[in-house]
Amino acid sequence: MRSALTILGIIIGVTAVIAMLAVGTGARKEIAKQISSMGSNLLIILPGATTAGGVRMGSGTQPTLSLSDAEAIQKQCPWVSDVAPIFSGIAQVVYGHQNWSTGVIGSFPNILVVRNWPLDSGRPFTQQDVKNATKVCIIGQTVVENLFGSSDPLGKIIRINKIPFTIIGVLSHKGQSAQGQDQDDTIYVPVTTAQKKLFGTSFPGMLRVIMVKAKSSEDLPLAENQINELLRQRHHIGRDRENDFTVRNLTQIMEAAEQSTRVMTLLLGAIASVSLLVGGIGIMNIMLVSVTERTREIGIRMAVGAKTWDIRLQFIIEALTLSLIGGIIGIIIGISGSKILSILAGWTTIITPFSVLLAFGFSGLVGMFFGFYPAYQASLLNPIDALRYE
Amino acid sequence: MVQGSSNMSLIQVRELTKIYRLGDIDVRALNNVSVTVEQGESVAIMGPSGSGKSTFMHILGCLDTPTSGRYFLEDEDIGYLGRDELARIRNQKIGFVFQGFNLLPRTSALENVELPMLYNGISSRERRERAMMALKEVGLEDRWDHQPNQLSGGQQQRVALARALVNKAPLILADEPTGNLDTKTSAEIMEIFVKLNSESNITVILVTHEPAIAAYSRRTIKFLDGFIVGDTR
Repeated sequence: MRSALTILGIIIGVTAVIAMLAVGTGARKEIAKQISSMGSNLLIILPGATTAGGVRMGSGTQPTLSLSDAEAIQKQCPWVSDVAPIFSGIAQVVYGHQNWSTGVIGSFPNILVVRNWPLDSGRPFTQQDVKNATKVCIIGQTVVENLFGSSDPLGKIIRINKIPFTIIGVLSHKGQSAQGQDQDDTIYVPVTTAQKKLFGTSFPGMLRVIMVKAKSSEDLPLAENQINELLRQRHHIGRDRENDFTVRNLTQIMEAAEQSTRVMTLLLGAIASVSLLVGGIGIMNIMLVSVTERTREIGIRMAVGAKTWDIRLQFIIEALTLSLIGGIIGIIIGISGSKILSILAGWTTIITPFSVLLAFGFSGLVGMFFGFYPAYQASLLNPIDALRYE
Repeated sequence: MVQGSSNMSLIQVRELTKIYRLGDIDVRALNNVSVTVEQGESVAIMGPSGSGKSTFMHILGCLDTPTSGRYFLEDEDIGYLGRDELARIRNQKIGFVFQGFNLLPRTSALENVELPMLYNGISSRERRERAMMALKEVGLEDRWDHQPNQLSGGQQQRVALARALVNKAPLILADEPTGNLDTKTSAEIMEIFVKLNSESNITVILVTHEPAIAAYSRRTIKFLDGFIVGDTR
């Protein structure tokens, strides 16, 4: 009973270590997944950020980005691997008796590369389709479900804002975005088709967004600088004037998200270390009591020839056993707790062999560390005094 | 000098003095005590409480160290040994039997007897065999799995005797071994001591204040106020 209470501290500590690492790695993996579902090494260029003096409108309210900007970035920035201009809108989509409202995105064929999004079936549209503003489209899984149910959509004709489009490809399932949007509820068409045929605009060639993929994550800042310079030059922005566009770096968003999980991990880590400390002191306490209670036994062992280290090892091993039992129970509770947490709270938790080993190692270290002092005390006893102890 | 030579005494104690400090007063528990005990002797040490006989036994048993004087056990100079060396001597050369039995509680008789062999690296199989043999020697082999609280006083003392025998020590020290036993059981225990002494040539030194128990020994040393006042054979 007393031992059970003693190892409780260790159990809580180890449970916290396991949970901490499970939630930490889980969250990190989740963030990485969401970021890569956006596409990796991405820069997003938004038009018309600011109007210095006078009324300021939000990003994207000015028609300052054009298709030729996108083409220029592609041609003149060596750190950039792919450029995908975006011109999008909401449209009503009809097939047979079914209809559905969804976001239609006009872009280049390489949008699939930039968004890191393979096709399930069919083919992507081509640069030729962009040039000719062909009425072809690639549809997401949610659109497939709502318009076609289980039948094969490839080659079918759907009407987007009453204009007939041929379905040439179906996107693979991607799931929710970091903001909780259904990313599969979308249709991709050539950017020129969107501009000229679907969503009329008084500014021919204008874009809502340009997505840029850098060659590698190290190249992101370089690419960002290059794009800034190029666009300022192309838009004839004077030295002291503010940009009429914004370049956003997705890694910044990722870093912010990682920061928040790091805080969480640190918090759990603090709980873990405090309770391991308390647990260790508990073990030291019970071992000191045990040494006092068993003074006679120590005396007997010394009388029949136990050496200093025989006595020490005996008590260290006992402390170690206590803490490792606590550690094993803690690992079991920690693993099942993490599973429950991921079911109840919907967090991704990942338990790695490393975290189990770490927790086990920590409980062992605590046992050794806090077991040593009582063991040391025991080994210093004088044999006759220990034998006479009542 | 060569160890184990025939003319060597088992125990040689020269001018042994032990002084305890109790507060500001020095208590001379032993005063220039000199004794020689040969291998195979049986010695009873007698004397009233506080006469120094227990202190003498503790020093002989390497449980305590003298303030001055010299102690040779099988020609090994005990006075200059450290803690772990003394533990080795206790393990190899001395078997203890105490008044209060001093067995480990909640531990079987067999495991109690195995205890000394735990500290000199004997394999678990040999430990078991030798412990069983020692129990047989004291007539307790059928109780090997009993714990001390399931055994009578006499049986517990026999387990303690088996424990003292198991490492084949040449010397057995017994501190009032019959102090907690009735007369009949005391006689049984003493018969075992006599048998060990005569058949196995084990030196037995026991402390007692009962003349009837001392009578089992061939030699009696009397202590008073830290001095030896009598040594009769």
